[in-house]
Amino acid sequence: MARMKFLLDAERCIECNACVTACKNEHEVPWGINRRRVVTINDGKPGERSISMACMHCTDAPCAAVCPVSCFYTTADAIVLHDKDLCIGCGYCFYACPFGAPQYPRVGNFGSRGKMDKCTYCAGGPQADNTQAEYIQYGSNRIAEGKLPLCAEMCSTKALLAGDGQVIAQIYRERVQKRGYGSGAWGWRTAYRETVAI
Amino acid sequence: MRALILALALILAAPMAGQAQTAPQVSGTPTSPTPMMPPVADELEVLKALQGGRVAGRITIPDQQAASLIQPQGRSWRDFHNVTLAWVGGIAVLGMLAILVVFRMSKGRIPVEGGLAGRTIQRFNGLERANHWMVASTFIILAISGLNLTFGRHVLLPIVGPEAFTAISQWGKYAHNFLAFPFTLGIVLMLLLWVKDNIPNGRDIKWFAAGGGLVGHGHPDSERFNGGQKGIFWITTLGGATVAVTGYMLVFPFMFTDIAGMQLSHIIHSIVSVLMIAVMLAHIYIGSIGMEGASDAMTTGQVDLNWAKQHHNLWVEKEMAKGRGAEPPASARAAGAD
Repeated sequence: MARMKFLLDAERCIECNACVTACKNEHEVPWGINRRRVVTINDGKPGERSISMACMHCTDAPCAAVCPVSCFYTTADAIVLHDKDLCIGCGYCFYACPFGAPQYPRVGNFGSRGKMDKCTYCAGGPQADNTQAEYIQYGSNRIAEGKLPLCAEMCSTKALLAGDGQVIAQIYRERVQKRGYGSGAWGWRTAYRETVAI
Repeated sequence: MRALILALALILAAPMAGQAQTAPQVSGTPTSPTPMMPPVADELEVLKALQGGRVAGRITIPDQQAASLIQPQGRSWRDFHNVTLAWVGGIAVLGMLAILVVFRMSKGRIPVEGGLAGRTIQRFNGLERANHWMVASTFIILAISGLNLTFGRHVLLPIVGPEAFTAISQWGKYAHNFLAFPFTLGIVLMLLLWVKDNIPNGRDIKWFAAGGGLVGHGHPDSERFNGGQKGIFWITTLGGATVAVTGYMLVFPFMFTDIAGMQLSHIIHSIVSVLMIAVMLAHIYIGSIGMEGASDAMTTGQVDLNWAKQHHNLWVEKEMAKGRGAEPPASARAAGAD
């Protein structure tokens, strides 16, 4: 099986936020929840870089390790998903996540946390594939349709790559060799405990 | 501070990037401070420049917490939650239970010396008792639901199954969110009601030196509260205040603090809580099955006179001097009235 990963080539990201918009629209993500976001570091200074970040679907995922109700599971494609019927909205996954991926609707007591929502790698959840129940809880399931995540698919500069880790690493490697320098496979060291060898 | 370090890294990097690269557009890319490394704006380099700190930037969505790009501290928090807290909590709670079992086996139930007098004296009034039980009942529920968050996944989940366990944990979360308020109110009232009798003094040192009459022999002098009870009082009020303040940080996420503050709040909240649970186990034991006559103080509020003389001799003397003597039992009749 493939080992699905995201790879963000910060050299190419132009902070158009199309990935954010595509994600929100595809999954009808409610107001206040951002499964994907673009963060700009060194804004307005030399060396400005924008990085599109969502759940990186970590190897040895910290969210799964700390979850008090054990609601996370990893698919055969190494996509980290969770069961919203089991989630209690305690917020522990947000404390452990290095990327700030888990999001919580403010529906709990005193406007605190409801059930956690995060990037599913367009792979839905534990409900039957592409059912109405799955769509309401997790959004569309493109993986079950043989498609890759929409954010990466429609990235205009192809800064954001999604797919099998080896394949996207090879694309990035060729880019780096061609242009002569890298921009870092953002989050790889933290999420996968490895980086792209050039 | 982060911005400052990042800016510093940039200043260091700018001249090197210019010479090392043929492509002009990378000039100014943040690089490793080591001149031998090629200039890259990758995760490792930025993390290095920030000395393993949080990488944050600008964000265009309203949620400013999302501006934090990578926070490696999540790993430390994970280690705390899964390893440190589990061990500290496990040892504190199970260790205290073991100590109590050993204590019970070796010393047995602590009797009232000379037997019960049959005459009682008022120890706690209705307000004091009601407040004690408000704090006690909320504390027990908070303690059980809190322990469930740390240990339930390993202990209860395999027994009851995921759906039932989620239902239990969900109720535990609601209980935590709502009972926090009566608990805090009770802690404040408790402080106001009892602080005057709980100021530590030299007598407490003597009480502890004598082992509180539990370990050694003889009964050290004690006023309304002995050294051990004063300890419980201050652990309850100061510890309770600590868990309350850190707890409100957690109930109202990110209202008062950022991700680092949330992690710290959880660390303080959970460690103080498990230690308080261990202390309260001892308190519950000695106040119920561990000592003859002790539970009356918090149930009827009337304690046996001999119990009071044994454990709080100076307090009894004071009460007697005030004319609040021991009341005879309801069945007693005046001598010669038969």
